[in-house]
Amino acid sequence: MSTLWLFIAQLATLIGVLVALYRPLGDYMAATYTSTRDLRGERGIYRLIGVNSRSEQSWPAYLRSVLAFSAAGILAVYALQRVQEVLPYSLGLPPAGEHLAFNTAISFVTNTNWQSYSPEVTLGYAVQLGGLAVQNFLSAGVGIAVAVALIRGFAYRSRGTIGNFWVDLTRGTLRILLPLSVLAAVVLMVGGVIQNFNGFQDVATITGGTAVVPGGPVASQEAIKLLGTNGGGFFNANSAHPFENPTPWTSIFEVVLMLAIPFSLPRTFGRIVGDNRQGYAVVAAMATLFIVSLSLMTLAELTGAGTAPQLAGGAMEGKETRFWILGSTLFATASTTTSTGAVNSMHDSFTSLGGGVALVNMMLGEVAPGGVGAGIYGILVVAIIGVFIAGLMVGRTPEYLGKKIGAREMKLASLYILTTPTLVLVSTALSFAIPAVHDDVVATSILNPGVHGFTEVLYAFTSAANNNGSAFAGLTANTPWFDTALGVAMMLGRFLPIVFVLALAGSLAAQDKVPATAGTLPTHRPQFFGLVIGVVVLVSALTYFPVLALGPLAEGLQ
Amino acid sequence: MKPFRQTWTAIRALVIFTIILGVGYPLVVTSLGQLAVNAQANGSLIRVGGTVVGSALIGQSFTDATSNSRPEWFQSRPSAVGDAGGASGGSNLGPENPDLSAAIGTRAAAIQSGDSVPASQIPADALTASASGLDPHISPAYARLQVARVAAARGLPEATVGALVESMVQQRDLGYLGEPTVNVLQLNIALAKLG
Repeated sequence: MSTLWLFIAQLATLIGVLVALYRPLGDYMAATYTSTRDLRGERGIYRLIGVNSRSEQSWPAYLRSVLAFSAAGILAVYALQRVQEVLPYSLGLPPAGEHLAFNTAISFVTNTNWQSYSPEVTLGYAVQLGGLAVQNFLSAGVGIAVAVALIRGFAYRSRGTIGNFWVDLTRGTLRILLPLSVLAAVVLMVGGVIQNFNGFQDVATITGGTAVVPGGPVASQEAIKLLGTNGGGFFNANSAHPFENPTPWTSIFEVVLMLAIPFSLPRTFGRIVGDNRQGYAVVAAMATLFIVSLSLMTLAELTGAGTAPQLAGGAMEGKETRFWILGSTLFATASTTTSTGAVNSMHDSFTSLGGGVALVNMMLGEVAPGGVGAGIYGILVVAIIGVFIAGLMVGRTPEYLGKKIGAREMKLASLYILTTPTLVLVSTALSFAIPAVHDDVVATSILNPGVHGFTEVLYAFTSAANNNGSAFAGLTANTPWFDTALGVAMMLGRFLPIVFVLALAGSLAAQDKVPATAGTLPTHRPQFFGLVIGVVVLVSALTYFPVLALGPLAEGLQ
Repeated sequence: MKPFRQTWTAIRALVIFTIILGVGYPLVVTSLGQLAVNAQANGSLIRVGGTVVGSALIGQSFTDATSNSRPEWFQSRPSAVGDAGGASGGSNLGPENPDLSAAIGTRAAAIQSGDSVPASQIPADALTASASGLDPHISPAYARLQVARVAAARGLPEATVGALVESMVQQRDLGYLGEPTVNVLQLNIALAKLG
């Protein structure tokens, strides 16, 4: 079979599975968040945490709950790492250092899962299970909750509330993420992913030497790591490690796990606002961007331009034999167009342009399809900007789904769009502009010489501010500067947009609906999803073109 | 709601979810794994004569004490972590990094002399380090390239070793996912049985 047919067959399989999931999963999620019935276990939880599930919150109250819960999570993960030596199943590992623990705590609570550390030699099972895996669920639950709050903003009429955070969090975690994770973990174990508490086993090899077989509760972690678009590997090699991702079919299964919820949330959106066609328009925009990006990256890697790939006869450095190029680029695209950041190949060793596509995927704001929750609220903000631009062109007050997009809405949408580029560009610039930091970055952190080294730093901050978590992993990030600066970028990159989204939700929910007229821009036609794609590409291109020219473009076109 | 009350709610919620998701969930998955798919859950271990000699999924190196490849065994791909198992990862060297070009050149020269083949015939997986550093596979092309050397070192007919390699080629999943591969450890175990 020719490479083109293999590519098409693989993509068709993925699309087929996602299309099959779109309606049932999207409808199930819509039902989960709109249901008026609490399950018995949920009622017990609400009693224990002192929440009345019938009472809805205003947007500031909803936001305070998000922030209080996330702050508690950060403190807990930090504390667990700092007392690791007294926790059970810690494999005799010492506590994580201060700045590393700070970075890791923020990383997992913000759904980023940036890892400045090498897990095998840093974290035992207690922290991985009790701290990190718990946040894998909860950060995903928070993301979907915020997205649903925004969707309610469109659906509600003249209401002062946007839902109850504790109810949204509990339902999303217990009714969606937990059952799907158990199912996914079992499938992964059938494929060879391990789930034990054996630690590192020494074995005598057939050549008379010794080898080490690692152990660990990997499958349970792997399932939610992908389903919640988290991405933090149990092992340093992440999903390239044979115990995290043993076969070609587990690899595409893991890709499905990353994409299932983000690509089905547009259905949930359409359902809740009462017009499924709106969901189709959004998912069409996401899918178009995804397929174009995948094709570009695959083309770059198959072409294998660059000195070392030409010398080796193919861009196989940092790729696994069983995934080869097509399995690697599919995984990398899914990982960087969502907020996952898991890798089954090393992006740092990709061709210049192939690695550049991964970088651009994150710069597009991760909206194709984006992280769980974050993707749909991101693209809805872009849609708001889209209707505003269209409104300017025809000279009408813009509206979206019957809600007027006025000055307040536009201010919030603009602030949202500006947050991550500001964080990325400022922190990258500071890494080179502060003399002491510059010396440390160049001497200690950067692995590859020349412009590739610059790209490593740019990639790190793009990944952190967009809560992705993948890396050009040659960068040594466990230094006071990177642990701290990346930690701050992750925190602001997560919570500032959430502030704007919830404020937007409150502002939309408070409005009544205006009836559609002949002058209303239809938002379910190809014209509109073309507009959305245009806004995504235009905003990112204008913002990032100069830094891209300094990094991957300079290297790839030399 | 007062801010203080939110904080108290947040702490209680975190404790409850930590018990459900951090203790209950992994225990359920571990129980399912150990009961239903015990072999995989414990690492797909391979036994020879009752003794564990490795995992079917974790690559090993077939080198001597000074890390020189031993001609009588099929060789794995280059590894950035030395196929240690206790660590994992790639080289992370970029496409224009002179260190990577130099490493590829060294590996090509070693294979050219060891296997007596022209550089143009060496497949890319033989010259590049894998992503995990624990890649258990090589391409069928790299396995075939090593047949003559292994056969000579063991005093076996080339046809016998060649047939063994062909019998060990794993096809693509479902016929179109991934690439055909040869599992090096399993190949070498089968090879040892030949004599």
